[in-house]
Amino acid sequence: MWHDAMLVAGKDLRLEVRSRVALNQIVPFALLVLVLFAFALDPDRGLLERATPGLYWVAVLFSGLLALQRAFTVEAADGNRDALRLSGLDPAGIFLGKAMAVGVQLLVLEVLLGIGVAVLYTTQFAGWPLLLATVGVATVGIAAAGTLYGVLAAGLRVRETLLPLLLLPVLAPVLIGSTRAFEAALAGAPAEGWPWVGLLAVFAVLYILAGVLGFGPLLEES
Amino acid sequence: MDPTEIVAEPGPPPGGGPSAAPAVRLRRAVALLGSFPALAGVDLEVDRQEIVLLRGPNGAGKTTLLRTLAGLVPVTQGEATVLGIDLVRDYKAVRPRVGLLGHATGLYDELTVADNVRFWCRAARARAVDADAAMVRLGLDGRLRNVAVGRLSAGQRRRTSLACLVARRPELWLLDEPHAGLDQEGRDLVDHLVRDATAAGATVVMSSHELDRAVALADRTVTVTGGTTEDDARPPVPGPAEIPEGQESTDVA
Repeated sequence: MWHDAMLVAGKDLRLEVRSRVALNQIVPFALLVLVLFAFALDPDRGLLERATPGLYWVAVLFSGLLALQRAFTVEAADGNRDALRLSGLDPAGIFLGKAMAVGVQLLVLEVLLGIGVAVLYTTQFAGWPLLLATVGVATVGIAAAGTLYGVLAAGLRVRETLLPLLLLPVLAPVLIGSTRAFEAALAGAPAEGWPWVGLLAVFAVLYILAGVLGFGPLLEES
Repeated sequence: MDPTEIVAEPGPPPGGGPSAAPAVRLRRAVALLGSFPALAGVDLEVDRQEIVLLRGPNGAGKTTLLRTLAGLVPVTQGEATVLGIDLVRDYKAVRPRVGLLGHATGLYDELTVADNVRFWCRAARARAVDADAAMVRLGLDGRLRNVAVGRLSAGQRRRTSLACLVARRPELWLLDEPHAGLDQEGRDLVDHLVRDATAAGATVVMSSHELDRAVALADRTVTVTGGTTEDDARPPVPGPAEIPEGQESTDVA
């Protein structure tokens, strides 16, 4: 399973390096979202500061959706789905590999968005252990849930519009938990944030298990 | 090892039936596409190392039959055994042991030829040296190996798909219009690959509208019509009506 996971992750990341879709389209989109939020809320600087954690994670989710759609668009092209099914790759390995590749892209995106928040919103980051832990478990949760729902929508002609409809409600707990944890870290009260990290970790584990068990049937049926 | 001799070493038959058993045995096999019986009681037996040509009009069920043998379409009724594996009980188990060349290429456009062949080779647990040998055999070495597949011509993409199949060293080759899109040299190469594969122990089932070439290559032909089969005892000479003007198949089933 892990051999297959690393193989698929390597392939997906190589695809992104070669195509530069994430660099040329998704990253600019994510930064644009931050800029638009700044334009909308800047007159009330206090509101912008209070809303920064939520705006950051909303930008991550919207941009992450693009990365997820891209991850499954390449598998829908020119018989690649059948080739994957015939390949002998373990479906659980395919799930983990695609989730890992999405996770790596999300991490890069989150770092760049963090820099964007620091520059555009003049945010002073604090509580680094809590921030890093939140980013880690939230990224795993988003990548795992997104990969599971991505293969579900991949076989449908309306996948581009259906995936956000399916996924965003599922990711609402991640948005809430990561926002609360970030708020606690930035407010200098990390003790209030760690329970949210625990919730995010539970969410991540559940979606990894669901993906490992459910990805194969979904790959066959979708 | 001479890289061009890759097909002389077919993969071992892990957990397969006895070598004397036919590679394919279908009895009244039914396969559904949705609620439509794309295969409506197919009888087919293919011996090991045999080359069988499926012929028939567009929509007759040739592609569905090949996909069924590959383990992509479940058999819902009848009997179906491929390489000793009962497809009715577990139609997916046969997949690692077959190679399917379909109408689609199964390639990633942004990756290079070498990236694609190596990925599918490693996915099948084949050796890296087999990927390189397959590229040499298909004429994809040199500058072509580092070209993104999306920039290749249709024929070069077809060669890359074939290289992926060859590198896997399957025991059963399922070729859907293998000559389509290839130039004369490429078509000759396909014929050589098929003959070398069967000489090395593999079995080949293929469909083709290029009947002059395919009939000469095959040991036997089977006519597929309306989701059923009719075994032709000897390869017949194709009639003018069976030879299409173009080389591309438009089969949808």
